[in-house]
Amino acid sequence: MTKIIVDGIEIEVPAEYTLLQACEQAGAEIPRFCYHERLSIAGNCRMCLVEIKGAPKPVASCAWGVRDCRPGPNGEPPEISTKSATVKKAREGVMEFLLINHPLDCPICDQGGECDLQDQAMAYGVDSTRFHENKRAVEDKYIGPLVQTWMNRCIHCTRCIRFVTEVAGVPDLGAIGRGEDMEITSYLEKAMSSELQSNVTDLCPVGALTSKPYAYNARPWELTKTESVDVMDAVGSAIRVDSRGREVMRVLPRVNEAINEEWISDKTRHIADGLRRQRLDRPYIRENGKLRAASWPEAFAAIAKAVSAAKPDRIGAIAGDLAAVEEMFALKSLMDALGVKNLDARQDGTVLDPAHGRASYVFNPTIEGIEDADAILIVGSNPRLEASLVNVRIRKRWRMAPLPIGVIGEKVDLTYDYAHLGAGPDTLAEIVSGKHSFAKALKAAERPLIIVGQGALTRADSAAILALAAKAAKAFGAVAEDWNGFGVLHTAASRVGALDLGFVPGEGGLDAKAMAAAGALDVLFLLGADEIDVAPGAFVTYQGTHGDRGAHRADVILPGATYTEKSGLYVNTEGRVQLANRAAFPPGEAREDWAVLRALSDALGSRLPFDNLAQLREKLVAAHPHFAEIDAIAQADGAAALAALAKLPGKPLNEPFASPVTDFYLTNPIARASTVMAECSALASGARREAAE
Amino acid sequence: MLQDKDRIFTNLYGFHSPDLDAARRRGAWDGTKFLIDQGRDWVVDEMKKSGLRGRGGAGFPTGLKWSFMPKKSDGRPHYLVVNADESEPGTCKDREIMRHDPHLLIEGCLLASFGMGAHACYVYLRGEYIAERIALQRAIDEAYEAKLVGKDNVHGWPFDIYVHHGAGAYICGEETALLESLEGKKGMPRLKPPFPANVGLYGCPTTVNNVESIAVAGAILRRGAAWFSGLGRPNNVGTKLFCVSGHVNKPCNVEEEMGITFRELIDKHCGGIRGGWDNLLAVIPGGSSVPLVPAEQIADAYMDFDTLRGLQSGLGTAAVIVMDKSTDIVRAIARISYFYKHESCGQCTPCREGTGWMWRVLSRMAEGRAQKREIDMLLDVSKQVEGHTICALGDAAAWPVQGLIRHFRHEIEKRIDDYAANPHSDPVPVAAE
Repeated sequence: MTKIIVDGIEIEVPAEYTLLQACEQAGAEIPRFCYHERLSIAGNCRMCLVEIKGAPKPVASCAWGVRDCRPGPNGEPPEISTKSATVKKAREGVMEFLLINHPLDCPICDQGGECDLQDQAMAYGVDSTRFHENKRAVEDKYIGPLVQTWMNRCIHCTRCIRFVTEVAGVPDLGAIGRGEDMEITSYLEKAMSSELQSNVTDLCPVGALTSKPYAYNARPWELTKTESVDVMDAVGSAIRVDSRGREVMRVLPRVNEAINEEWISDKTRHIADGLRRQRLDRPYIRENGKLRAASWPEAFAAIAKAVSAAKPDRIGAIAGDLAAVEEMFALKSLMDALGVKNLDARQDGTVLDPAHGRASYVFNPTIEGIEDADAILIVGSNPRLEASLVNVRIRKRWRMAPLPIGVIGEKVDLTYDYAHLGAGPDTLAEIVSGKHSFAKALKAAERPLIIVGQGALTRADSAAILALAAKAAKAFGAVAEDWNGFGVLHTAASRVGALDLGFVPGEGGLDAKAMAAAGALDVLFLLGADEIDVAPGAFVTYQGTHGDRGAHRADVILPGATYTEKSGLYVNTEGRVQLANRAAFPPGEAREDWAVLRALSDALGSRLPFDNLAQLREKLVAAHPHFAEIDAIAQADGAAALAALAKLPGKPLNEPFASPVTDFYLTNPIARASTVMAECSALASGARREAAE
Repeated sequence: MLQDKDRIFTNLYGFHSPDLDAARRRGAWDGTKFLIDQGRDWVVDEMKKSGLRGRGGAGFPTGLKWSFMPKKSDGRPHYLVVNADESEPGTCKDREIMRHDPHLLIEGCLLASFGMGAHACYVYLRGEYIAERIALQRAIDEAYEAKLVGKDNVHGWPFDIYVHHGAGAYICGEETALLESLEGKKGMPRLKPPFPANVGLYGCPTTVNNVESIAVAGAILRRGAAWFSGLGRPNNVGTKLFCVSGHVNKPCNVEEEMGITFRELIDKHCGGIRGGWDNLLAVIPGGSSVPLVPAEQIADAYMDFDTLRGLQSGLGTAAVIVMDKSTDIVRAIARISYFYKHESCGQCTPCREGTGWMWRVLSRMAEGRAQKREIDMLLDVSKQVEGHTICALGDAAAWPVQGLIRHFRHEIEKRIDDYAANPHSDPVPVAAE
């Protein structure tokens, strides 16, 4: 710790602190544009200038270390002044320079109201200009369908460039020209290729990079802000849902160091228009092969008729990827009451099963824990598409220090260097046996991390692969006292919650694939299950939000609520229980899903024992106590889970792994309803085609 | 006045051959092995004692700079980088060294590298210097052939020297921008600290020196620190190459003692001011980045670091730009201002935005198309640029403007008055049809 005096207040800070951090600790506010906690230091905006006693000129506090300050002649601690006349003059000068070429278009700028330049101009700007020359005009650039550029507004802080190169890991943005002709561009004006590109709109301190889909839609002060979590993948990024009236206008990231830091993927952010389109806003009944609008009692009566005609072993329920824990609990309770054992939430047919213990199906090392890993083996996963923010963490770890990373599966660009070990289970077996050269790296690691993706777990031979992965984890000491490096990477937001609930076939019950097969069932409940094809025959009740695959197959449609329209628990891939809050209301006659199921239970004559969400949660927590611990990960026995997995039977086939996510932008019904996602998808697949030629 | 026996650059004008044999006859590579045998500390100490101040413009003591390098390597290699990106307008001394006396430079590189524990030296050459690159490379090849440098050279200090050709950006003469450029990146200055002596080229301890500072090292060590420090004036010792250009009768490069008076320099070597001393208007004594000094102050001033700083200017690279009374001084400074606007790298705000602003205001003032209150505004803007930037280019852009306003405010005012008295309406803009 080093002593330092900031504005007369003596504080002690670590020597590796920058002056900016030290000043903030002392309570002084330092204006800044280019400095960002999670990006490298550029020191180019010069707004954070402070005065060091004895130094000939002011220094940029973001780039100057506390240990770079010289003590006074008699060993006094260095003195920093953040409020002196010199500092104020210097900052006013910088502000004036930033403003001379900045257009005066705040009234029509989307950044208005949340603009750093606007805010800081209040403190350091002057009311009139001394600049009587022509302002600089810069051509706007095309950098993709998500980010709108207004290059006249750019203040060249280079945050976007640093984000794209450092965090997103693609070389898409740079600056050309020099001096006042410097321009930020993607060189050939092609769309950025990162699935995290929209974060630059948050980073941009001015309105130079704004959200294209959200352009001119709302002003920040009109919006109601609701803190929630994302369900586009199983990462559970912290988000803020901004709504106006009934409508969700946009989604922004929230800081959650444990999960997404402060980034979110483009799918998470730009899904908002999908929440408005293709919505199921009233019940429907299929008559003579055609769906017709119906009332709730009519719909319930039709279901009751079908259920009463069916035996319990001819009834089944499948929960989809976006279902919250509450409605799955309600559905499971209802099915239990009806004596139904055919339950499944694993539409993709993954072999994960709660019977092997919780540690067998969660991402044990945690996302933050990736930073502690010293060797990583990725099996059957493309984390960049399946869990973009997990990939960001791996990249962050890789940038910190050399890290051996091995991938068994598809050879794709993961934004970091890795050794492509092989494509299929035989490579994994080779590693387990210690014959493979990468086994040495894993053996040498103190905290090896083995990531098993759904690409390896949804196959016919997945039990054997899971057993191999568990053996690998055991062989390389991935599970130790203070470290569990066995991580299952999920792709569905509902999955871990469903496995926690035991939403899997009961004794003698059918799994999702069997239920969907022809002639298996008479009545099938789909709770937002859109990723499975149900064969003709069964009477299908689809409860969900969008007119997607499930609704097309349905005989009765019950309209439900999306994740922004209900309060619900989600458990992310780490096993972290998180609460999504309601930001808007479901459209038309649609209702929250647990309430729909509660009403349906009445019609089926087996009333569920709760009348409101609080009572439901009470019952839920009584049955599964760990759901009460919001934002926490319940402890699980890693060694026991590994032992159970290692015993799984079967022989691996010699078939390469393939990621389940082939189109990042269209993985769920909300995304498939979004025009923005459709555009991104078309662009991405176009790019892929081009590359293949 | 420097005596011939004290001259270091004896082939400055290329009257003799630049090749190795000729250079050896002039004294280069004489007893270099003996100097190296004296040890590393002796080399650095001797340089410190000689009082040599860096010839690249800032005038930082060279020996002291060398002593900043870590005494023992922590595993990282040390590097010497020679700044041959001589782009300061008015300056043309290093090119003569590289063309005609390249072996002095190469020998200096070896000695300096030895003094700093470096086994590799990079000479970063200005993009426009094609002939100089050829000449220097030829000399290096000769030195390799004669085993004067190389892995197993006769001096017993494994040493490699590489010439890197820049792309012609002025900012790449700034030491950290030079390192960035040398690493293959965009030539944008780095934030300091850390200083290059700690984290320089490829993250290793590095010293960046001007060509002239390195080229004189051999002579200083051979003839002794006392000889060098005996020349010139206290704290401003030794000899210096002056590049005199502009309105003198015979513009020239000349090696002279530091602290020669301006009058003596011009009369002895340049045949006097064009039109006589009364015709002298002002002098920019150290390359375009230092403020100009009006005739009455410069005429009998000593040409050294401290005297010129006292005149609120600087010796810089000793590129003396002489301007007689035929000069349109406002336009001249406006042109310099344009140069800095053009060469600003665009990284940090004050320089990126300020240089263009200053140039635009100045070019209006050159016509008189301005308000008198804008003079103070311009001065204020230049103060807002000065000292607030990452590198010294901001200062270099601000100083000439400040010098102009300091000494020739009356000239700008007169220009404005003349324009106001004889107003020409601005051309009416016509649509581009």
